[in-house]
Amino acid sequence: MSAVAVAANDKAFETVRTPDPEPRPIKIKASDVSVFYGEKQALFDVSIDIPERAVTAFIGPSGCGKSTFLRCFNRMNDTIDICRVTGEMLVSDANIYDPRLDVVELRARVGMVFQKPNPFPKSIWDNIAYGPKIHGLAKTKAEFDVIVEESLQKAGLWNEVKDRLHEPGTGLSGGQQQRLCIARAVAVSPEVILMDEPCSALDPIATAKVEELIDELRENYTIVIVTHSMQQAARVSQRTAFFHLGILVEEGPTNVLFTSPKEKRTQDYITGRFG
Amino acid sequence: MFGYALLLIIAMSLIAYFVGRSAGSRFATNSQEKIHSLPSYHGAFVAVWVGIPALILLLLWVGLQGTAIDQLLLSSLPEQMTEGASASQLNLYLQEIHNVTTGRVFGEPSPEIKAAAERLIRWEAIARWAMLVVILALTIVVLMITRAQLSPRFRARNNVERIVSGLMIFCATLAILTTLGIIGSLLFEAWAFFQMVPVSEFLFGLNWEPQIPIREDQVAAAGAFGAIPVFTGTLLIAFIAMLVATPIGLLTAIYLVEYASDRVRSTVKPIMEILAGVPTVVYGFFAVLIVAPAVRDFGSVLGLAVSPNSALAAGGVMGIMIIPFISSLSDDALNAVPRAMRDGSLAMGSTRSETMLNVLLPAALPGIMGGILLALSRAIGETMIVVMAAGLIANLTFNPVDSVTTVTVQIVTLLIGDTSFDSPKTLAAFALGLVLFIITLCLNVLAIRIVQKYREKYD
Amino acid sequence: MSTTAPTSTDSFWHSEAAIARRKKRHGADRRLQIFGITAITIAIGLLGILIVSLVSTGYQAFVQTEIALPVNVSSEEVSRDDPSKGDYRDLIRQALHAEFPDVGDSEFRQLEQMLTRNAQFIVRDRVVSNPSLVGQTTTFHIPMADPIDQLNKGVISAETPEDRRRVSNVQVELFDQMEQRGLVSTPFNWGLFFNADSRFPELAGLAGAIVGSFYALLVCFLISFPVGIAAAVYLEEFAPKNRLTDIIEVNINNLAAVPSVVFGLLGLAVFLNFFGLPRSAPLVGGMVLSLMTLPTMIIVTRASLKAVPPSIREGALGMGASKHQVITQHVLPLALPGILTGTILGLAQALGETAPLLLIGMNAFITSPPGGIMEPATALPTQIFIWADSPERGFVARTSAAILVLLGFLITMNMIAIFLRSRLERRW
Repeated sequence: MSAVAVAANDKAFETVRTPDPEPRPIKIKASDVSVFYGEKQALFDVSIDIPERAVTAFIGPSGCGKSTFLRCFNRMNDTIDICRVTGEMLVSDANIYDPRLDVVELRARVGMVFQKPNPFPKSIWDNIAYGPKIHGLAKTKAEFDVIVEESLQKAGLWNEVKDRLHEPGTGLSGGQQQRLCIARAVAVSPEVILMDEPCSALDPIATAKVEELIDELRENYTIVIVTHSMQQAARVSQRTAFFHLGILVEEGPTNVLFTSPKEKRTQDYITGRFG
Repeated sequence: MFGYALLLIIAMSLIAYFVGRSAGSRFATNSQEKIHSLPSYHGAFVAVWVGIPALILLLLWVGLQGTAIDQLLLSSLPEQMTEGASASQLNLYLQEIHNVTTGRVFGEPSPEIKAAAERLIRWEAIARWAMLVVILALTIVVLMITRAQLSPRFRARNNVERIVSGLMIFCATLAILTTLGIIGSLLFEAWAFFQMVPVSEFLFGLNWEPQIPIREDQVAAAGAFGAIPVFTGTLLIAFIAMLVATPIGLLTAIYLVEYASDRVRSTVKPIMEILAGVPTVVYGFFAVLIVAPAVRDFGSVLGLAVSPNSALAAGGVMGIMIIPFISSLSDDALNAVPRAMRDGSLAMGSTRSETMLNVLLPAALPGIMGGILLALSRAIGETMIVVMAAGLIANLTFNPVDSVTTVTVQIVTLLIGDTSFDSPKTLAAFALGLVLFIITLCLNVLAIRIVQKYREKYD
Repeated sequence: MSTTAPTSTDSFWHSEAAIARRKKRHGADRRLQIFGITAITIAIGLLGILIVSLVSTGYQAFVQTEIALPVNVSSEEVSRDDPSKGDYRDLIRQALHAEFPDVGDSEFRQLEQMLTRNAQFIVRDRVVSNPSLVGQTTTFHIPMADPIDQLNKGVISAETPEDRRRVSNVQVELFDQMEQRGLVSTPFNWGLFFNADSRFPELAGLAGAIVGSFYALLVCFLISFPVGIAAAVYLEEFAPKNRLTDIIEVNINNLAAVPSVVFGLLGLAVFLNFFGLPRSAPLVGGMVLSLMTLPTMIIVTRASLKAVPPSIREGALGMGASKHQVITQHVLPLALPGILTGTILGLAQALGETAPLLLIGMNAFITSPPGGIMEPATALPTQIFIWADSPERGFVARTSAAILVLLGFLITMNMIAIFLRSRLERRW
């Protein structure tokens, strides 16, 4: 099945937001990934396949290792001195823990949005142009303008900020800041976008906007989202993985996982017996 | 005698404490009413009232006794000696009288002086005993009065606490008194200086030669007090110091924040603290012993005639002293930038240097600027390095291999040795001190403002 | 909503241009890292040069060349009843004649100059303290003059032509002779610690400076410790938030950054000129230093008070204690380790302070340790300044040695502070 057909297929389900059960090409393949902080092991032998152009949600109680696992995908764990990762992880069939791999390239291809909006203390324009500038994606001011506009369009922010592109990004509201960060990530045309609880610092209206945006972005990007809200996972994702105490308990199509989980622990969690 | 007086006061306070406490405990056992305060507070109340006034009296006495006796001595001298004598001449008399009493006699003193010396010895003895007697009397009287106030319902604790609060407020205002003392003394002496030398000449004159004739009849220049060459020298040396310290300090901070492992950080930081803890007189000796000759040799290799106390050597060593200052303040500023900012940049695929230069450094810039201003104020006010390694002659030059002088060097050289407070030479030091104080104060206020504003932004 | 697909693909990222660009970026990254390492290396290297140059010039001053000279304290020259009177200079001459009978009259003066110029007083002081030496021949260990000391330590080389060194050929020969006869020894230089200052490097010591510094620090501590704590307690626990306390606060921060020489001016104008306190006295030095350390003390104490959790205050207040009782009985004892650490560090800073002491005259030439806080004295840093200014070659080594002693004191104080902090400080 071609990617376009899949996209069309998804559109049909959009009103009910039912995740599609169709098999898709695999974008990220993790096998036996373990993470250690110093002596302490935070993640135990996780293996999972992430499909292309779909939203995969990681859920689980806090401290279950879902964010830690997410940060393995673009090797952000490298920035923590005591952190050590074992196992294998392939993105587009390339082993990202290959010592010859350039993390700069990896992070350009695997973008990330953080829990708290973190725009740089620069203008909105500069925030968006920052990535393309360092990666050499554009040369002239006109080219940058195009990228800035496109990215803001994709993030649904263009109409709100087009008149104040040169004001500081930190002056926007929380929801706008988060969408600015998404636009910033989109600007370098990544293949994958990682989102680490992107709505936890936002109010319900801003959350709804961001969720809508995620749904639109999945047309073109592979999205992995960590969330503590099961409703959010159910609303935006096609596949869901449930983590508990550093172990991947269960993973599967979202509708299947939420309606008929195989594991008792998953059931207890989604029915609210612990969490 | 000061020691005995102190002992006397302590002893009287102790006695007072026990008197008060025993009174308090008697109330506690005998009285029908409930007593308000613990017996020890009754004791403390009496002791504090006995001790503190006596202590104040003692300090005043000691502070003023010398001047009072000197005045008496002068007025007791025969009129033909004191009439028309200048202040410095009178001072000489006093000096001689004091010397005679301590047995340091050069040549035969005049009979008047001898007589005065005998008077001095007698008066000092009287004053000593008078002090003890007066203090004893005071403590006894106060003890009686305060003891009479004690009663079962007497609020001794509140009284003691009020006095303690008062003392604490006094201690807190001591900082303000210090500042006022600095401003007052600088203004007072500088005012006297500006009576002799016009302000405009001091601030804008190009010639600084403070050496004035020692004898009246000496034919020499009357001393020139144009401070511009001193100011430019100060700026030159401070500039060289900042030129050395800013890049090294900043790069050190950048490396420690962005690149260094925890182990490197925990070794380098204490070393930087050592560098900061070395007394400046040590840096001064280092400048004279090692750096100045090295700079000179290097200059002669290049065919440059380097002065033995070149601005380069003094400024360079001052730069070393300031490195840890800049590195630790920049380190703080860089670390105050939220981690999320750094992660955001790294997650975009920036290298560490791009993260540092494009995101962290611009965000931390106000804090770093504040730190640099504080360091500059330090460089301008630093004394020992320049006293030992910079020149004494005020040259109006910006050539780093020449010898220049600084404000602090001039203050120290003008005031070292005997000082009399009526010559423009001495007073000029206070005028320079006033300028130094104002400039460093402005820099500090500005820097502290910037740093605080910046901290608020991220807290 | 635009639907352009991501442009980034393997073909884009692995194009030559992209690879070259990344290489350049990584190069820039490495460059910054190398700059950083270079900066740190320079800073540490400079500290290394500083220490090495001090140690290499200073270690020699920790030993002193001495000559063992048998002196016959004849009862004809020195009376048993009053041994302080007597021609000791002549005694030394006789001893030298007896020891070196071959030295002719013309060269005898040079021989005599090989001993310290104060040799006669050293012998006299020993005899005065022990009158039974009169009438006997005793071997005295007498420090040798600075040039000979330098010759022995290899600073002056016998190879240099005579007109370019301060030791004559005759003296070199005589020195070789003394060494062969085993008269010369270089024991540990206790004089460095127990002698007061002197114009002769071989006799100059730090006793006066150490005692002076001790007195000054004592005064500084006695003033700044109680006053600092009282001020900090008031500002932290009692002060209402108003304009006055704001001013005090800003003022304390600014005072901490006022150049030290300005405090010297204050001391000179107020303590010496206005109150007429004695020049060069450790009392005045300590007072000036205490004004300088006061802001630091207040800031440190306030930080320690802040670290005591409010729950302790609330608990004690809830028991019915007055605010004063809460603070003296609960808060201050808990904050004390932090306060002590800060105090020691403040005192260490005061110990190294020089400029204000120069202005109040603590750089006088004083040949005996001060007997009290009102007597003229020097302090360690000012003694270093005096010696650094002295022209004699021997004072270079003495200065470095004095600096090493000062640094030794500073390191000890810092170690005590670190020890206190790690042992006593509580984490909440």
